Amino acid sequence: MKLKVLSTIALFLLWLTGNAIAQVGKPFIHDPSTIVESDGKYFTFGTFGGGLISEDGWTWNSGAVRPGGGAAPDVLKIGGRYLIAYGATGGGLAGGHNGKILTMWNKSLDPQSPDFKYSEAVVVASSDGIEDNDAIDPGLLLDPTDGRLWLSYGTYFGYIRLVELDPKTGERVKGNKALNIAIDCEATDLIFRDGWYYLLGTHGTCCDGPNSTYNIVVGRSRKVTGTYLDNMGRSMLKGGGKMVLAAGDRLIGPGHFGRIKVADGVEKMSCHYEADLDQSGRSVLGIRPLLWKNGWPVAGDNFKDGIYEIESERRGYALELGVDFTRMPGGMRFNRNNDEPVKPMPSQELADVVKSWPAGDISVRVGDYVFRPHQKWAISQVPGAGGYLGGPYYKIVIAGTERALAATATSELITVPTFTGAPEQLWRIDQLTDGTYRIMPKVIPNSREQLALVSAGDSTPTLARFDINSDNSKWNFRVH
Amino acid sequence: MRISIYQYWQAKPFPGKLKAVCSRNFTCFPRVYWFLKIVGLRYAMNIKCRALLAVAFIILAAIRLQAQPAAGKIDIITANDTIRSLAPFFIPATSLKKGPDSEGFIQRWLLLEPINKSIRSNLVFTDNYLKTQFEINYFPNQFTIVPKDGEKVNVGEQELLWHALESPGFNVKLFRFAYGLKKQTYAVLFWTVTIVNSPREIKNVRLAVGSNGGSVWWLNGNEAVVLDGDRRMVMDDCISTRLTLNKGKNIIRGALINGPGLSDFCVRLLDERGEPIKDITISVK
Repeated sequence: MKLKVLSTIALFLLWLTGNAIAQVGKPFIHDPSTIVESDGKYFTFGTFGGGLISEDGWTWNSGAVRPGGGAAPDVLKIGGRYLIAYGATGGGLAGGHNGKILTMWNKSLDPQSPDFKYSEAVVVASSDGIEDNDAIDPGLLLDPTDGRLWLSYGTYFGYIRLVELDPKTGERVKGNKALNIAIDCEATDLIFRDGWYYLLGTHGTCCDGPNSTYNIVVGRSRKVTGTYLDNMGRSMLKGGGKMVLAAGDRLIGPGHFGRIKVADGVEKMSCHYEADLDQSGRSVLGIRPLLWKNGWPVAGDNFKDGIYEIESERRGYALELGVDFTRMPGGMRFNRNNDEPVKPMPSQELADVVKSWPAGDISVRVGDYVFRPHQKWAISQVPGAGGYLGGPYYKIVIAGTERALAATATSELITVPTFTGAPEQLWRIDQLTDGTYRIMPKVIPNSREQLALVSAGDSTPTLARFDINSDNSKWNFRVH
Repeated sequence: MRISIYQYWQAKPFPGKLKAVCSRNFTCFPRVYWFLKIVGLRYAMNIKCRALLAVAFIILAAIRLQAQPAAGKIDIITANDTIRSLAPFFIPATSLKKGPDSEGFIQRWLLLEPINKSIRSNLVFTDNYLKTQFEINYFPNQFTIVPKDGEKVNVGEQELLWHALESPGFNVKLFRFAYGLKKQTYAVLFWTVTIVNSPREIKNVRLAVGSNGGSVWWLNGNEAVVLDGDRRMVMDDCISTRLTLNKGKNIIRGALINGPGLSDFCVRLLDERGEPIKDITISVK
């Protein structure tokens, strides 16, 4: 009997610590820390402890471990270690606004790793419950220009504050005094890019499901200590802030920004949405492309299934099947009878041309876009095929057919008559910081190389190493 | 994230309270509730198991305590805080000549002590809600009075004083006003009045307001700006249509309502180019 009850308790504890079922794309979480990689896996932690682990950045499982409870942690990799900051209380969790921010270290975030062991947490900032500040919602920045470590924190209860930490110990720098850098926001994060420090904060109403109005705003400064101004020159100490991300796509209330640099020119942002209307209005993890426009961060859009022209940034030509051009009805303009009545004429349809196409593999090229069937690509998620950070693998087929774009063992492109789900037919699509896209096959057959769709010439595509500084590596998806 | 003590107090009794808390935390509380329900049903008839159930409760309580401290309890610092003061957030208004600050923000105001309301969420502040709330006759001549410092008004069972104050900052921190006077700080309605003295008639003026939370503002008796919704105070958030500032006295009147949160506002006047008007003086008489 004892065993039975103990088993029940054990099962309950397992149940309590997390849902064992993997969640794809938008797992449940609130106040996620910036997503970081450890031991080849992705990690994010949420309020009240615990967190999510993903092997690929798309399918998530519970099981991440963060002691200390409290709220809204952040994580930063410094050297070979991870610094975790969290608010132990505050935010009204203790019934007041006397909060504490603590930091602790771990060599690994993976509970399976022999290096997984948290150091004792130390208090680095606090609020007394009366002052205009609530020590909760920490955000970490390691200044790439000088190696100094900064932490912002605070909520709507007064000021957002900035303190300096010692990057070796994670403790507060002795004698450091907290600076007020913003008001009327929470869940702040600091990032640095091209000589600017950016302070991202969350405005709006938290924690009210589909009635939340959370949104992410930003100001910037040449100094980490501020003053942070928005695009109108308004100080964030006077409520200023330029929108980075608001609600959309049935996802309400984005907050708790985190930046992830995937590669040169490929950046993502993590956040949560207060309510996903497709999942009972629950709070879910969001991962989106992070774009930069005129020196300001802007949330990109996750790729949507649809029929697209795939346009090369190199010349503006379009990816197309290597098939014969089929003329449409109508002759040269010199032979027209101007007395003919003007009327619409149909576009060329797939049925008009598909029978003329070869049945086997067909080559791929790039050419002038004239919205012909051999230039229209239907792109859709492949359920169960896994994914990468913030996105699923896609299949790219000629619209109306199963003819699929595939990578060859010689690092070239081909279309195969039927999509089979083979890994060389699966494609990763990342929006780049300038708004264009990188397109990569999941694998090159018999190779471990990571290559991208590249323009070798104006009219010739190939697979080659991605180069953010070359328009050869960039593509646009256009809807007509 | 933020959960105010007010929201916590307002949460319905168990299990509604758990549900309220769980709305911002997907992890443990629904599981606690359903675990108790399942385990309770299974072992309720077995007295021997009650001790083991108690063990489970202790484990649960420990986890619960780790996850979140006790609810509905004022923290010790606030409970012991007996030194509440309007300083440094306000100083008494004087009769000295005073203009707006360098950015045109008006810092001298008559503030009425907060009228207690019952508000569970700041999301209720729709236009209609504000209209309804501010049409209520709280005290005589509320839309015309220019009160004196220390003047009393009765609102229901509350006896409230007007205070002539100046804010050292650009904004007027109403939360600190209420807190310093040991008044209710959340779920409150404030009235405020000031006098703008203009050396000339100025046309195409705009009244620019930011407030936390909903508010309505009148210039010379005419409604000029409405800030609806659960707002944070942002300078120049809502701007009036083009108005005329009279030569001589002009009266700005505001009413601001808030539930949980740090109530405050900032007000300035902008000229037709959008630049702050600074060659005016502000008085409370």
